Amino acid sequence: MNIEVSKTYKLYINGSFQRTESGRYYERHSTNEKFLANMPKASRKDFRNAVQFARAAQSGWQGRSAYNKSQIVYRIAEMLQQEKGRFLNLLEHEGFSKKGAQANFEEALTSIIHLAGWCDKYVQVAGTVNPVASSHFNFSIPEPMGVICTNISAEEGLAGVINALIPGICGGNTVICLAENCDYLALDFSEVLANSDVPAGTINILTGTTEELGEHMARHMDVNALAFCGLSHDQVLNLEKFASENMKRVYFDSSDSMDGFYSIMRFQEIKTTWHPIDRIEGSASGY
Amino acid sequence: MAKKDKLWTLSPAPESQDHIQIRDAYGVFISGNFTKPGKDRFYSINPATEKKLSSITQASQKQIDSAVKAARKAYNSTWSKMAATERAKYLFRIARMIQERAREFAVIESLDGGKPIRESRDIDVPLAAAHFFYHAGWADKLKYAFPTKDPKPIGVVGQIIPWNFPLLMAAWKLAPALACGNTVVLKPAETTSLTALKLAELLQDAELPEGVVNIVTGDGQVGEAIVSHPDIDKIAFTGSTEVGKLIRKSTAGTGKRLTLELGGKAANIIFDDASIDQAVEGIVNGIYFNQGHVCCAGSRLFVQENVAKEVIKKLEQRIETLIVGDPLDKNTDVGAINSKSQLGTIREYVDGAKKEGLEFFESSSKLPSKGYWCKPTLFKDVAQSSRISREEIFGPVLAVQTFRTINEVIDKANNTPYGLSAGVWTDKGSKIFNLTSQMKAGVVWANTFNKFDPTSPFGGYKESGFGREGGLHGLSAYIKF
Amino acid sequence: MVTKKKRIDQTGIEERCARFRTRSIKSLAKREGLNLILSMIDLTTLEGKDTPAKIRQLCYKAQHLHDAQPDLPTVAAVCVYPTFVPLAKDLLKNTEIKVASVATAFPSGQSSLAVKKLECQEVIGAGADEVDMVISRGKFLSGDYNYVYDEIAEIKNICGKARLKVILETGELGDLEAVALASRIAIEAGADFIKTSTGKIKPAATMEVTLVMLEVIKDWYLETGKMVGMKPAGGISNSKLALHYLIMLKETLGDSWLTNEWFRFGASSLANDVLKQILKQETGSYQSGNYFSID
Repeated sequence: MNIEVSKTYKLYINGSFQRTESGRYYERHSTNEKFLANMPKASRKDFRNAVQFARAAQSGWQGRSAYNKSQIVYRIAEMLQQEKGRFLNLLEHEGFSKKGAQANFEEALTSIIHLAGWCDKYVQVAGTVNPVASSHFNFSIPEPMGVICTNISAEEGLAGVINALIPGICGGNTVICLAENCDYLALDFSEVLANSDVPAGTINILTGTTEELGEHMARHMDVNALAFCGLSHDQVLNLEKFASENMKRVYFDSSDSMDGFYSIMRFQEIKTTWHPIDRIEGSASGY
Repeated sequence: MAKKDKLWTLSPAPESQDHIQIRDAYGVFISGNFTKPGKDRFYSINPATEKKLSSITQASQKQIDSAVKAARKAYNSTWSKMAATERAKYLFRIARMIQERAREFAVIESLDGGKPIRESRDIDVPLAAAHFFYHAGWADKLKYAFPTKDPKPIGVVGQIIPWNFPLLMAAWKLAPALACGNTVVLKPAETTSLTALKLAELLQDAELPEGVVNIVTGDGQVGEAIVSHPDIDKIAFTGSTEVGKLIRKSTAGTGKRLTLELGGKAANIIFDDASIDQAVEGIVNGIYFNQGHVCCAGSRLFVQENVAKEVIKKLEQRIETLIVGDPLDKNTDVGAINSKSQLGTIREYVDGAKKEGLEFFESSSKLPSKGYWCKPTLFKDVAQSSRISREEIFGPVLAVQTFRTINEVIDKANNTPYGLSAGVWTDKGSKIFNLTSQMKAGVVWANTFNKFDPTSPFGGYKESGFGREGGLHGLSAYIKF
Repeated sequence: MVTKKKRIDQTGIEERCARFRTRSIKSLAKREGLNLILSMIDLTTLEGKDTPAKIRQLCYKAQHLHDAQPDLPTVAAVCVYPTFVPLAKDLLKNTEIKVASVATAFPSGQSSLAVKKLECQEVIGAGADEVDMVISRGKFLSGDYNYVYDEIAEIKNICGKARLKVILETGELGDLEAVALASRIAIEAGADFIKTSTGKIKPAATMEVTLVMLEVIKDWYLETGKMVGMKPAGGISNSKLALHYLIMLKETLGDSWLTNEWFRFGASSLANDVLKQILKQETGSYQSGNYFSID
C-alpha cells in the first residue's frame, strides 16, 4: 500500500509559501474530529512582514490597467475551475453537505467572474463629471485606499474566502487576510492564486487568531483600511479605538458578496480634480 | 571615420502564413452550423495581390429568413432564459479564444482587407478580444448602467458592418448585443467576410448555443433584406452616410430600433503651443494609418499659421519615412486600398484636386505593380469650400488649411454636416477644455488621435450618425425598459 | 540663447518609440545593421579600479573584436579616464580608432570651472581626439542656464580640433522638456555631440530621451543647416535594442547620420551581444557567451 505524501501548510506571503517565523502551529481537525493538518500559527512579525510586502506591491498593482486587472482576476477563476474536485472535498471537511458544497463552489466561482467584470467598470459607475458653477472642468474618480486587512466569514465557505480577498484587489488595493475561519480553504485557495498571475504581495494570507493579531492589524500605522466580520461588540470597540490612531477606515459587518460594486467601493477614496476652461467669448460655466 | 557608401534599408520581413487555415469556399452560418457553399458565390480577393483567397456565399432570401428564425428561436428558448452570469461566461470564453487564435485572425485580416499585419496584430485583434472581455462583464450588471430601471434585451438584432476593421467591427457589434441578452444576425462587408467566418468557427468551438449568432454573407442586397426583415427588432449599421440615410428611410415607421455609425470629415487642429513633433505624429496617425480607411480619420488639418511652415515640413519628412507595401510585411505602415472601386473613388478626388491646381505633396515610395495602392498625399492651402475638404474621401489624403484665431478654427471645424470626431493639439489645459467643449463631435481627442478602448463610448453627432458604441453609454442601444 | 522650452508630449514620445520597436530587422538589413552598430561603439571603461592592464585589454579588444570572424569593423573609439589617454593613444596609434576621454569632474561635474578647464587642457595636451564633458546639472536645475552655456563654450574653446561630446545626464534632469532644453543649450554653446548619460546612475539612455535629443538636433539642422552628433550611453546591452535605435535615427534624422561620425553607442557589453548575433546569422545557431572574450 502506498502512503500519501501529506502537505505542509504554509502562510502565503509575497507570492510564496513561507513558514511562520514563530515556528508555532495549531492542529486542524475536520468536523468529525479527524486530524487533517498542522496549521502555521501566524505571529505579529509575519503580519508586519506581510504589510511591508503588500505596501511595496500596491503602487504597481494600482498602476496596472483595469483591463489587465480584470484579466488576472478572471484567470483566478480559470485556475479555480479545474480544482473543483479538491475544493468540494475541502468544503465537506468544513461541514457543508455534498449539495451545499456544490452550490458554495459555484457561488464562489461565479463571484470571481462577476468581480473580474467590475474591475474595468466600477469607475464608470462611481465616477462623475460635476457641473460646477464656475468655468472649470471638474471630475471625481474612485482611488484605492492602499493596503487593507480583512478576515473571513465563518459561515460562507469558499464564497466567503472570495469575498475577503477579491473585491479589495479589483479596486487596486493589496490585501492581508487573517484566515482564522476557513483557514484550510484559504491556504488551498492561495495555491490557486499562486498560479494566476496575481503579482507577489497583492494578496497575503495568514492563518492565526483575532485574539492575537486583531489588535496589531487595527493599530498598524501603514494599513489604510480594515474589514472584519463576526466580531463581538467588545472586540469591535477595542479595534475601533486602535484604528483611530491613523484614521484607518473600518468596517465590521460583511458585505453582500454578490453585490460586487459595493464590496469594491468599500475600499475606495474619491478624488476630485479641477481644471480651468478658457472661455474666449465670455460664457461662464463649466461642462 | 567610416563613410557611408550605401544606404541602410530594411529587408523584407514577411509574416508567416503557413499556420493559417482558409477554406476554399464558405457557406453561411446559421443555427450553429455552416451551410454548404451556395450556388451564388463571389470571390474574396487579396487587394495587395489581386489573388483569390476564397469563395463566399451570397445569402439567399431563404437563408436570411432561416437566420432570423434561428435567432428568434434561440432568443425565446435559450438566450433570454439564461442567467446573466452564464451569458457572461460565454462571452469571456470568446474573448479568451480570440486571444489564443490572435495570430491567425491577424494574418487573415491583412490578407483579406489589405491592412498591414502590424496593425491587425497590434490593434485590431487585441481590441476585438478586449471588447468581448469588457462587455462580458456587463451582462450581469446592467441595472447599474440604468439605475431604477429593469433593463431587458430587445430581441433579435440585425447588424451590418464595414470593411475597414472587419473583425473589430464584428466585436463592437456582437459583444454589447450579446451581453445585453439579444441574439444576432450579422452581415460582414462583402470584400472582407473571412474573419467573420473564422469567428463563426470560434463560436462553434466556444459552444455558444445555436442560433445566438448567425452570420450571413453577401453584398448590399443581403443588407437590404436584413434591414427590411419584419422579425428583426433592431438594426445596427456602420458604413457610409449615404447608405445610412437609405436605411433610415427604409426603417421609418416600422418600430425597429436603429443606431447608425456613419462617415466623418474630422478636423485635426494644431495650435502654436502644441508639442509640434508629437502633433505631426498625431496627424500621421489620424489620416495615413489604416490607409485612411477610418470614419473618424483626421482628414482636415487646421494648423495655426505661425507654425504652419514647420508643421508641414516635418509632416512631409515623416510621410517619406512611411513604408507603403505588402500588408504581410511586418514593417509596412500603409497597406493596400481595400478594393478597386474604393481606389477609383480616391483617385477621383485626388486627380480632381490636382486638376484644380492645388499644391500637393505625396510620398515618393514605389508602389507595387499588382494590387490597389494609393500614396499618402497632402494638399496645401485648401479652401473651406473645396470638395476635398467637404467630402469624405476614405483614403490616405489630407486637406490642409491654416487658421489664425481660436474662434475662426472652431467655426471652420464645426462647419460640416459631419460630426464624428475632432483632434486638438495644444499644451495649454484650459485651451483644451475650451475646444473640447465647443467641438460638435462625438469623440474629441486632445493631444492624441485615433485612440479606442472598449470602455470609451464612440459615435457621432449630426450626419455622422447616432447612438454610441462601447462604454456604459453604448449599452442602451441594446436594451429595452 | 534659447530659453524658450520646446514642448514635448511624453505619451506621444512613448508611442513613437513603441512604433520603432515594432520594426522587424531581418537578414541583410540585420547583418548590415549589426556591422554598423559595431562601428559606432565607443568601447568604454570608466571604473575607479581601472589600471594600465585593463586599458591594454580594452584597446586590444577594440581592434580585435572577434578574430575568428573575418571582415568585422573596428569600434569607433575607446573612452577612458584622463590618466589613461597617453597609454591609449600609444596603443591605438596605427589605427583609425579614436581616443575619447571624459573630463570636467566626471561624473558629477561638481567642481570649479578652473579645475574643469585644467583637466580638459591636460587631456587635450595628451592627444585625446574627443572629450566627453558633463554639464553642471545643479546649475541647470536651479535655472542658471547662462552658467551651463558658458561652461560648455569654454570647454569647447579648449578642445580646439578635438570633438566635444556634452553629457546631459538625462536621468537627473527630471522630464523630457528639461532634456530638450539642456540639449538646445549644449548645441548652441558648441557641442559636436550631445550624449545622454555618464552611465553611473540609473536611468541611463532610453529610447524616449534619445528621441527627444534627436528632435532637438533636427530643429537645429532645419534652422542652421548644421549637423550635430548624438550618443546614447548606458542601458543598451542587446543588439535588438541597438537596431531599434538605428531605426529611430534613420527615421528621425535620415541617412546622413548613419555613420560613426554622427552617432555613437556608449556601451561595454553591447559588442559581445552584437557578435553573437552576427555569428548566429553566419552559422544559424544561437550562441553562448563562452565563445567570445569578455575583455
